[in-house]
Amino acid sequence: MPDNALLVQMILGALLGLSVYLPMAAGQLSLATPAFYAIGGTLAALMATQGAPQATISLGAVLWEMLLAGALTATLAVLVGLPVLRLRGIYLAIATIALVEIVRVAILNLPFTGGATGIFGIPQPFNHPMGYIALSGGLLALCGWGAQRLESSRLGRAMAAIRDDELATRCMGINTTRVKLTAFVASAVLAGVTGVIAAHYLNTWNARQGSFDVAITTLAFVILGGSRSWLGPVLGGLLLTALPELLRPVGDLRLVLFGLVILLGPVFFPQGLITPTLLEQLGRLQLRRLKR
Amino acid sequence: MIAGLLQILLNGAASGGVYALVALGYTLIFSVLGVINFAQGALFSLGGYLTFLLMGGVIGVNGALPGGHLPLALPFWLALLLAAVGTGVAALLVERIAFAPLRRRGAEPLLSLITSLGAGVVLVNLLQILMGAEGYAFPQGAAALAGLPEALLIGGARIRTVQLALLLISAVAVAALTLWLERSRSGQAMRAVAEDPTAATLVGINSAAMVRLAFLLSGMLAGLGGGLIGVSVSLAGPYFGISYGLKGLAVLVLGGLGSVPGAIAGGLLMGLAEALIPSEASGWRDALAFAVLFAVLVVRPSGLLGRRVLEKV
Repeated sequence: MPDNALLVQMILGALLGLSVYLPMAAGQLSLATPAFYAIGGTLAALMATQGAPQATISLGAVLWEMLLAGALTATLAVLVGLPVLRLRGIYLAIATIALVEIVRVAILNLPFTGGATGIFGIPQPFNHPMGYIALSGGLLALCGWGAQRLESSRLGRAMAAIRDDELATRCMGINTTRVKLTAFVASAVLAGVTGVIAAHYLNTWNARQGSFDVAITTLAFVILGGSRSWLGPVLGGLLLTALPELLRPVGDLRLVLFGLVILLGPVFFPQGLITPTLLEQLGRLQLRRLKR
Repeated sequence: MIAGLLQILLNGAASGGVYALVALGYTLIFSVLGVINFAQGALFSLGGYLTFLLMGGVIGVNGALPGGHLPLALPFWLALLLAAVGTGVAALLVERIAFAPLRRRGAEPLLSLITSLGAGVVLVNLLQILMGAEGYAFPQGAAALAGLPEALLIGGARIRTVQLALLLISAVAVAALTLWLERSRSGQAMRAVAEDPTAATLVGINSAAMVRLAFLLSGMLAGLGGGLIGVSVSLAGPYFGISYGLKGLAVLVLGGLGSVPGAIAGGLLMGLAEALIPSEASGWRDALAFAVLFAVLVVRPSGLLGRRVLEKV
């Protein structure tokens, strides 16, 4: 059984997986999750270390940081997404890679973000990992509920339609740019809010937290789990975060492993672990139980 | 003052030439397949390390085989050429694993962005396991190894020979490629495949072979660039190619996706713009390319020299 600290990281991984999944559910490859994650974490680190250093912080203050991080990342996502999402899918992938690099260089060079060493001594809202499990687990449950609702909503269906055929969707009178932008903004907010929790949990924050490697690992979460349902990235995030920790000896091979998932996944398992057929079977199982 | 400016311009043109090499590698594949090979940066790294090893470079203490080296020490020019060929073969392998199966299945082209990214990640991290994360410097006086003086004085500016060689080789590679695409029969076949693969097949062009040729050439460009940067600066860890690969993307968008002259002009412009950043703000230099990229996407997404493509509606 994974210990508490690992459990927190697994839940954070699942949240980031969901963040990558959202634009992908609308057929868009966005690699911007680390950028918004880094922005959220940096905002939390800056706000929590203002004034005299302290060891603890109230939960209310953390929730306030999450709210602000959400607002900041949403604004930025609109500014970035609006020009880029009008263009073909390939531009979003390129632009989001660029965003990750800009944010990383900015955090490294800005005079108040601690340079290469980063920000230390971020105060803790909880004195036990259980608190973090409750907070991040609650957020994950909330997101899962929202994603489940989304799949049967007008917006969710529009996203699935764009993923299958953007042109046809536009012909149906759906404002595809707005739908794609909504998915992109939701992804950004989720990453930003997750960054706030991660900054407090890790106690220290620097530019490396939002590096390009994070884009690779979070993408691997979605590819392994599958991008046909929100359960896929959640499962992928939980598994792939736990795996390298449990198999410590492969330390060096961790990124090779993730790279192989991304390289071979779309070729051999295009639907990931959670496939539509599997979901259907689960649904039938549930129906049978209800009838009984 | 003028000498200083000349120095800056030449430095900028030299690194701009390398950016153009990277961007041309993307362009070749993009114009034939309409996709981007995200493994290009990793191939760039591979080129650098292959050149290093072929010249008899020794693996450092953090590598898998500390102290190991190839039983040969080739002169720089030969090593560079062989490394370019080796990288081209690696690019063929990337095509085989990351692109061909998806193409055969008629899968979403966006998926090959993901698989090629995966190929790049695997390649770079295998390099890291083999060679360690530390940087490598080429044997001192690489210019001397090539039988050239260390530096030249041009108009009062001291220009490193390596820098000049970098500019010259990039220019020759770019010119040869352009000429080949425009004039030769196989170049025309390549452009025909880019225009319409089905129609090209109908007139007797082997489209699959042309795709492989595009990967081979683009890999060779990456290998050339990696080797040249390795000699002129150093091999700053296996990830050094990735940052060139990313900047190459910015250059690609600046010049216009799929445009050969655009890739060249974009590369030179980017190199010059970076060279003009004052040293006090050098920490921000790496962000410039991407800021430019955003500006282009907002103002003119088709790039400087790209064609405005009308999507089928």
